[in-house]
Amino acid sequence: MSLTIPTFSLASIGPWLTLSVAAIAILVWDALSKERPAAVPAVSLAALVIAAVQSLTLLGKKGTDFAGMVYVDGFTALAYLILILGAALTIFLSWRYLEEYGKNLSEYYALLLFATTGMMIMVAGAHLIMIFLGLEVMSIAVYVLAGFLREDLKSNEAAMKYLVLGAFSSAILLFGMALIYGAAGGTLYLNELAKKLAVTKAVTQPLILLGLGLIVVGFGFKVAAVPFHMWTPDVYEGAPTSVTAYMAVAVKAAAVATFLRVLYVSFPGFAADWTWLLWGLAVATMTLGNVVAIAQTNIKRMLAYSSIAHAGYLLVGLVAANQLAAVGILYYLLAYTLMNIGAFAAILLVSRQQDRYLNIYDYCGLGRQHPGLAAAMSVFMFALAGMPPTAGFVGKLYIFAAAVQAGYIWLVILAVMNSLVSVYYYLRITVLMYMRPAEADLGPVSFTPAVTATLAATALAVVLVGIFPGWFYDLAAASVKIFSL
Amino acid sequence: MEYLFYSLAAVALISGALVVFQTHPLRSALWLIVNFFAVAGLYLLAHAEFIAAIQIIVYAGAIMVLFLFVIMLLNLRQPEEELARPRLGLKIAGITVAVLSAVLIGMGLAKVVLKPVTELPVGLGNTESVARLLFTDYLLPFEVTSVLLLVAIVGSVVLAKAKLR
Repeated sequence: MSLTIPTFSLASIGPWLTLSVAAIAILVWDALSKERPAAVPAVSLAALVIAAVQSLTLLGKKGTDFAGMVYVDGFTALAYLILILGAALTIFLSWRYLEEYGKNLSEYYALLLFATTGMMIMVAGAHLIMIFLGLEVMSIAVYVLAGFLREDLKSNEAAMKYLVLGAFSSAILLFGMALIYGAAGGTLYLNELAKKLAVTKAVTQPLILLGLGLIVVGFGFKVAAVPFHMWTPDVYEGAPTSVTAYMAVAVKAAAVATFLRVLYVSFPGFAADWTWLLWGLAVATMTLGNVVAIAQTNIKRMLAYSSIAHAGYLLVGLVAANQLAAVGILYYLLAYTLMNIGAFAAILLVSRQQDRYLNIYDYCGLGRQHPGLAAAMSVFMFALAGMPPTAGFVGKLYIFAAAVQAGYIWLVILAVMNSLVSVYYYLRITVLMYMRPAEADLGPVSFTPAVTATLAATALAVVLVGIFPGWFYDLAAASVKIFSL
Repeated sequence: MEYLFYSLAAVALISGALVVFQTHPLRSALWLIVNFFAVAGLYLLAHAEFIAAIQIIVYAGAIMVLFLFVIMLLNLRQPEEELARPRLGLKIAGITVAVLSAVLIGMGLAKVVLKPVTELPVGLGNTESVARLLFTDYLLPFEVTSVLLLVAIVGSVVLAKAKLR
């Protein structure tokens, strides 16, 4: 019997290949050399740059490859670029921080690259099996990264909690996919699902709704939507700070982009069913995230609740389900990556050595001692609160405008009220930095070149992307044409 | 054939329920083996010979041994203190979700018109047809699975190796 392997072009998955080959090369290189190779972070960054260039070549394309398993299009490429940006900025934050713990190991960078590969597999997946495999590659790498400081009890707790709850959510997601497979009469290709479900809807609707509900739960866990958010504060607090930054931006971005594609491509016929579900999730997520963030005194926990709240704003975009919403979500993911990584860069600097100062009152008097650092942190806090002229404002504007366009006036009113609540706890940091004298001398801040450069670059980018959103808007608007919304 | 299906399904359901309701983990694990075998029988009835064999080799064999090892390492004896009883609210929530899911699945399947099974194509569920799919339509997921396994290996070494430099 003969076997015809379908034709494919390796260029369609070029970024995955680059990153996974780089990760394997790093592991082998480390195993073969006597000393710990010092150039590993640089090599990882180089691999990310190559992957970014490869992603750029995919921007104008449209279609699938590998027997319909992966999407090769502009939306995928833009998501790749956002994920690569998140991973690269994380590496800049990492090596000095890990050195403080004596943990600047090559495996960290390999796992980071693998996690990024998994995210790319996920956002490009055109088949539910690909999406699940990508999700697992990402999750397993991130579980380990969360527990990377093995001697630290909190890091252990973070890894354990994330692993146990993450395994449950993966199982729930998989169960949902299995039900959808049966309900559709046997297909898992995203675009075929929409057609087949439209036909079988008359017969298997309850099964489809249950499957869809379970899929929403699975993704809800990964984006940290209420009520699937319980793990977030503990995991964000316990994980190494650089990994927290990565989880907050990249894991969320990958999960939201994939969720968007699954909902818009496979389930447009059930929009009436999932919009009210996501409507409720969005309101609960925004409200709980913002209200509980007010009570936090640990800055990492505060940003954990803030990340829950931002997941809520992104869900508002998903509910809106129009072209502007898809553009808004992409833009918001870019803005969130920049402002959140920037905020974590500032946290790393203020915490001095080994996460010593993470209380928000440790920020008192920072405006006088280190005006530059305080100014940058203020930019990020303004951006996270969604104030003009930062990127955070424009992102919220796009998403809320999309929701108004789709007729969800009440949802937008609730979202705007939530943004007002969030101003309190973000600007409290700014107030502490400028209006309160320092309570104690915490010692000098060691401005390491990589972290300082990240801080300055992200602060500048948050403002510039906010003032000139047009170029990204055009790119994103062209890329989301693939969704027939 | 029909009676075989129903009896295997009954065994699978009952043993599955027993896995959940045992208090001692070892007993749960043993009932799980029964469940695996019953499900393997169901696969055989569906002409999925390869999957049935894999079910027994991988699940009832390898994964079960892992389970037993973990149970042995963690608690060899009966737990000394009474296990914390799940709260009433959790019980109600769990039962509600289970009943609702069962109702939804039942309603979803109720209207499906079942056709009598005619003879299946030869070699439907054997290794050759599985391999054919793995090297054509599912080529990419097959390769990605290897990345997944590699990540899991690297991750476990990172977490468990005695001394990392």
